[in-house]
Amino acid sequence: MPEQRLTDTVLTAPEGVHVVEQVVLESRGVPYRELNARIHGLVEEGVSAIRLNGLIGQRYIGTNLRHPVHLTIDGVPGNDLGAFMDGPTIEVLGSAQDGCGNTMNGGAIIIHGSAGDIIGHSMRGGEIYVRDSVGYRVGIHMKEYESMRPVIVIGGTAQHFLGEYMAGGILIVLGTNLGSGVAHPSHYVGTGMHGGAIYLRGRVDTNLVGKEVGQMPLGPEDHLILQRYVGEYCRYFRADAEALLRGPFTKLAPLTKRPYGRLYAY
Amino acid sequence: MAWCAIENRYGDDKVSSACGLFGYMDTSGALHAGTRIIDAICNMQERGNGLGSGYAAYGLYPEFSEHYAFHVMCRDDAARQELDGYLRRHFAVVHDEPIPHRHVQGILDPPVVWRYFLLPLSAQMVGRSEQDYIVHQVMTINATESAFVVSSGKNMGIFKGVGHPEQIAEFYQVQDYAGYLWTAHNRFPTNTPGWWGGAHPFGLLDWSVVHNGEISSYGINRRYIEMHGYRCTMRTDTEVIAYAADLVMRRHGLSAEMGSAVFAPPLWSEINALPAGEQRAMRLIRQTYGQLLMNGPFAIIVARNGEMLGLCDRIHLRPMVAAIKDSVLYVSSERAAIHLVEPQPDQTWTPLGGEPVIARLGERPRVSGSAALCVTATDKEPSYA
Repeated sequence: MPEQRLTDTVLTAPEGVHVVEQVVLESRGVPYRELNARIHGLVEEGVSAIRLNGLIGQRYIGTNLRHPVHLTIDGVPGNDLGAFMDGPTIEVLGSAQDGCGNTMNGGAIIIHGSAGDIIGHSMRGGEIYVRDSVGYRVGIHMKEYESMRPVIVIGGTAQHFLGEYMAGGILIVLGTNLGSGVAHPSHYVGTGMHGGAIYLRGRVDTNLVGKEVGQMPLGPEDHLILQRYVGEYCRYFRADAEALLRGPFTKLAPLTKRPYGRLYAY
Repeated sequence: MAWCAIENRYGDDKVSSACGLFGYMDTSGALHAGTRIIDAICNMQERGNGLGSGYAAYGLYPEFSEHYAFHVMCRDDAARQELDGYLRRHFAVVHDEPIPHRHVQGILDPPVVWRYFLLPLSAQMVGRSEQDYIVHQVMTINATESAFVVSSGKNMGIFKGVGHPEQIAEFYQVQDYAGYLWTAHNRFPTNTPGWWGGAHPFGLLDWSVVHNGEISSYGINRRYIEMHGYRCTMRTDTEVIAYAADLVMRRHGLSAEMGSAVFAPPLWSEINALPAGEQRAMRLIRQTYGQLLMNGPFAIIVARNGEMLGLCDRIHLRPMVAAIKDSVLYVSSERAAIHLVEPQPDQTWTPLGGEPVIARLGERPRVSGSAALCVTATDKEPSYA
């Protein structure tokens, strides 16, 4: 595939905009296996930044990458972007499809647009930031263990079954696209949820949340979580942290760790 | 040996994955060559496994726009001769010819493909309406197992078979046709064999259906439409959607919106929250058409002359993305396929489960209902970069 090496700026790496040597891969029409093999090869060589131009639906990009490389994607990545990855930062200059961050272990995915269904499916660590809105079942069965605590921050709104069967981690939905006084449109939020926390900014119609979650008061620890991750969101997408942090936030958390423990056993 | 056993050369009867679908309609009626739909469906290659692909086009035969265009597949030349005799006894055959096709590497044992442009013989219709007569004849022919009618509408046609979408496109030279509405399918059969008749789109009259998912309620849906004279012969769940669309939206005259409410009605809890008038309408729909409720995961595109409908099951267990660019509405399993053929859509969104996405000839497409909240008009490089 066509490839060039040049000095370039990486848009919003965690340390802010900075200049690195970047390898640019022209990706249009290149099958995902070939792209991933090339990415893994470059990472082995010690390349720290790779830009994929013209990506159009290739799946599994960045799968199983275990180095802190910075991948910039110009185009539409296919399903399961960054699945199982542990450490890289993937930045999408546009929107992503379904299943991005599937079972990811560490690193960050930053999406300058929207994303599809089941974002962060079974996620075990790392962070996902989506500037705009997301589809169904985002954060389904994400989980946490000791210091591993995955985080998903969504700028707009989520469609239904947000945090379904969620077992751990943090889900933050900022609702920046909601008109004033308009409630979050997501139904069945936290259905089957048995761990972790969901924070929704703006009005929440509690009739629409799942039976397994309750509204909890926000404590000092919750405010620290919001400050940290909403702050990150604002840095990535040039948004006003102070305004967003004014909330109000609703915290949803599971009422029990085993919501279905007595479903089939009497 | 049964036809399907010959054509499913992998002999598998249960694999698990997801089909791909794509449809677009230019509501201005402008004709588009088949090249874009081929590019779009082929971009989702992981969604199929070579056991079925197909294309439907509308506005296809302007020179025969008042005649029923029958695309037929026959087991062999003898079966084609037999079908030819049958059709000439029951219709006025205005024109007929082989559907132009090429030999394609990997397309094995294709059937004889032919097209007829027909008018019903009124003496044969004996009390049936013209369209009911077509349905009756298609059902009769399709039950023979030696020949079947792939599509039977006016000014439209379906091209399908066992192969990858690029193979089927090359086999039929789909790029040489033009239509204002195209749908396409890339099949990954799950519960039923891959054979030529089982490829999507499914057609009856001018209906075409492409489907990703499985209809768990197939048994009850099938019994219901069989009570209304339809016969299920294609060995797959998808055909019930085509026949149900014909029953509900042609014979019973329901709109595409109401038809969607039959197939994927709101949950009772959602109905209870509706204003009184709508609540009564939805209760009536569920009471009347309870047996046509389609359960299980599905995303479908249903098309007919002048109208395209995209719909997901009520809890959205299959993906669907929609986009608008000027007068064109796109519906796809994946966002990238839309962006491949339309890099700068005006709006892109993911429709809610049970909420139809509808395009109609002469009506400017718009974002549907509550999904409007989740619209993203900003699929470009961020301006702050």
